[in-house]
Amino acid sequence: MEGFVVDWKLSFDALSIFFGFIILLVSIPSWMYSIGYMQGLYSGGRILFAKILLLLFILTMFLVVFSANALLFLIAWELMSLLSYFLVTLDPHEEKASRAGLIYILMAHIGTAFMTAAFLIIYSYSGSFDLSAFKETCLILPLKVKTTVFLCFLVGFGTKAGLIPFHIWLPFAHPEAPSHISAIMSGVMIKIGIYGFLRFVLFTLGVEELWWGNLVLVLAALSAAGGILYALMEKDLKKMLAYSSIENIGIIMLGIGGYMIFVKMNQPLLAVFSLAAALYHIINHAIFKTLLFMGAGSILKTCGTKNMEKLGGLIKLMPVTAFCFLIGALAISALPPLNGFISEWLLLQALFYGALAGATFAKMKIFLALLAGILALTGGLAAACFVKAFGISFLAVPRSKKTETASDSGWSIKAPMIFLTALIFIFGLFAGPVFKILTGVAASVSGLNNGAAAFTFNVLSLAPQEGSGVHLNNLLLSGALVLIGIFVFSIFKVISREKSITYGKTWTCGYYSVNGRNQYTATGFSKPFRVAFSFILMPYRKMEKIRDSYYHVKSFKYEVHTKQLLNEYFYKPVINRIFRFAEWSRKLQQGSVHIYIGYIFLALVFLIIFLKRF
Amino acid sequence: MKIFLMLFQALLGIAAAPFAGGLIKKLKNNIRMRKGAPLLQPYHNIIKLMRKNETISKDASYIFTAAPYIHLTTAIAAVFLVPSFFPPLHVNGLGDVFVIIFLLALGRFFMALAGLDTGSTFGGMGSSREMFLSSLAEPAMLVSVFAASLAAGSTGINALVAAGTFKISLICSGLAFYLVLLAETARVPVDNQETHLELTMIHEAMLLEYSGKSLALIELAGYLKQFILISMLVYFFIPFGTGPVFYIAKFLAVCAGTAILEVTIAKMRLFRAVDYLIFSFMISLAAVAAFVMGV
Repeated sequence: MEGFVVDWKLSFDALSIFFGFIILLVSIPSWMYSIGYMQGLYSGGRILFAKILLLLFILTMFLVVFSANALLFLIAWELMSLLSYFLVTLDPHEEKASRAGLIYILMAHIGTAFMTAAFLIIYSYSGSFDLSAFKETCLILPLKVKTTVFLCFLVGFGTKAGLIPFHIWLPFAHPEAPSHISAIMSGVMIKIGIYGFLRFVLFTLGVEELWWGNLVLVLAALSAAGGILYALMEKDLKKMLAYSSIENIGIIMLGIGGYMIFVKMNQPLLAVFSLAAALYHIINHAIFKTLLFMGAGSILKTCGTKNMEKLGGLIKLMPVTAFCFLIGALAISALPPLNGFISEWLLLQALFYGALAGATFAKMKIFLALLAGILALTGGLAAACFVKAFGISFLAVPRSKKTETASDSGWSIKAPMIFLTALIFIFGLFAGPVFKILTGVAASVSGLNNGAAAFTFNVLSLAPQEGSGVHLNNLLLSGALVLIGIFVFSIFKVISREKSITYGKTWTCGYYSVNGRNQYTATGFSKPFRVAFSFILMPYRKMEKIRDSYYHVKSFKYEVHTKQLLNEYFYKPVINRIFRFAEWSRKLQQGSVHIYIGYIFLALVFLIIFLKRF
Repeated sequence: MKIFLMLFQALLGIAAAPFAGGLIKKLKNNIRMRKGAPLLQPYHNIIKLMRKNETISKDASYIFTAAPYIHLTTAIAAVFLVPSFFPPLHVNGLGDVFVIIFLLALGRFFMALAGLDTGSTFGGMGSSREMFLSSLAEPAMLVSVFAASLAAGSTGINALVAAGTFKISLICSGLAFYLVLLAETARVPVDNQETHLELTMIHEAMLLEYSGKSLALIELAGYLKQFILISMLVYFFIPFGTGPVFYIAKFLAVCAGTAILEVTIAKMRLFRAVDYLIFSFMISLAAVAAFVMGV
């Protein structure tokens, strides 16, 4: 047992520093945001409590990322889960929040159990919890053990990252937490799961078989498409963002899965490229998801609701929040020339060159093309989802009394959002240098240290392969867009010679003018998707008519819900079984002393027989 | 010098784009034994709209005003990337074929927002349906281009133009791309440009609140989008013959084919379009499979 020592050794390699950077990138704006956000929502003592918790939470995340000892890693990991649990349940009177917290902590522990199992398996071979010892041991592990360890890590870290099918906690926990906590959880904490996967599977364990990568890719594609589909169905702004986090984790895992298969296809350079694209998406998602959660929080604070059906018209009332949210929505929908577009383009290129390379992997080509198709579908659905989110919440006319009187939040809330909006532009425009650094990080993970040097980028343009004629010069592209825009604007101004503009009511077929009640709704917007994807979403209706008499319906209630396929057919039956077992086992404990004495007697008899026999 | 030629080509494209729309309309009418509007009617429409006063809903925001400009800007940027009359003269080094697809998506995003901006139910319905169809069309479009790029060995536009052999994979991907083209340009089996019946409108419903100069911008952008997609079809998927003459001939043939198709088949129900687009996606995957098999 001499290995069971918590060693406070830290390591600062490229991967850790990269994730440390992500933590800083999200925590600092969120910290600033929390000052303005919590003011007025919570009492003074609770604010202080929340701040201390938040600080500890951020510190444990750093500890997870920088620890060089598996035990220390586990302890920090557990602390991180617990602290975030307390942060999720910060609203004490919220029934929902405590329920969400319960689901979260349960799933987090199932994940941790798998991770612990994997660590112990490796420990039984290495005799030490030091990560460098782990890495050496993993070279000599038998294949079956390696596969087991890999699957344990996939479940463990997949749970934290919110990968489908281990995602069920995420849509509960993220929306219920205070908004700056949601921002940190979606922006960073789930990526710590990705960090664990990179550190322990890619870096320590190594990729042993092709099907590992395929499995990761399939789960990633499911997460990407499934996550965004459920996001599209949501009318709760924060829940929608939580589902969209699942989608983005899927996109990130697509790059990581790409790395895994390209390593096995003997395409090390391509593998590094794919992993660097995934890392790029990690940064991007950290930026825009934090921004979007902040925007949602800003709305929640001023309008008192995060239900899109009660919002509307906020672009005039909260111009700064609206603009920042718009930029975030454009970025997350992978539209040029913002940062989300760059990482998605890089991933598409990785898939494309993967399909092009390796003549011996014919089936992989079709698989990769299918993945590219799913990535495109995800992009399309994400665009639809964020058109809905922005269009319903910010445009047209307010849908409730409280929304009508909304005004923009204070500077402590606005400043971090403006900062992150600027980052979206910076990481979009200067993609070349950023990507160069990321290939260095990716190369250090793969152990291919001269790999990064093979990518000789032009400073500003991206090219997946030298001399292929494929470039993306985003700076030039944005410049061209701006120039053309100015050109179009001035030309049309000259030609049309300043005609007058009349402002009038929106045409509503001659009835009354547009008000909060006769606009298009979020539920209506997602209706075609609900019908087309009904085989997954399984929508159902609840209708209730309250009648005065047989002829007159006084009021009418209509609800549409969708089902979670996985919950319905996997988690619910399993939980029901567990409860039924608990119910059944309760009969053993009836509170009658006689029966308990009987148990003791039986146990004694059993022990005596046991001792005699063995 | 080359920059001026590029500019010239793009301007030529912008100038020629509405003509294709007029041509398809004229052909459709002639097949139906009608006289039809003159070939240059789209130009007249655009010029007339520019001279008109504009009415804007008082509930609309700056998104409504900015969206037509952004829509047109992205379309023009894509025209610069697409090979047209003089194929080597498109702008190289800005982006590849995926970038064209993403650029068009940017314009669409803003138009869908503008549809929601006035609070009109038609606009909301239009943008909902537009986003619905385009999100389903996106995978088919991307994978068909993916298949063509596999054959070309690169997603670069130069490589795609130069790759010129008729194979089953190219025919499949070309067919898939054409089906998506019909959906994206609001043509008959999916949408109908001529209808203004509330219940069947998709693309037009989104634009219902627009008038005057803004509508002119949107109409021009629509013609440009059609021009871009047909040019892509012509260069990437129909490989025989090079040079401007062949390009124009193939372009006109595609227009004629579309016109004939539009008058001979009926518009589908909205949810039939799902099957249609999935069919297109499947063909594009078949194209990849055919490429793998080497046919």
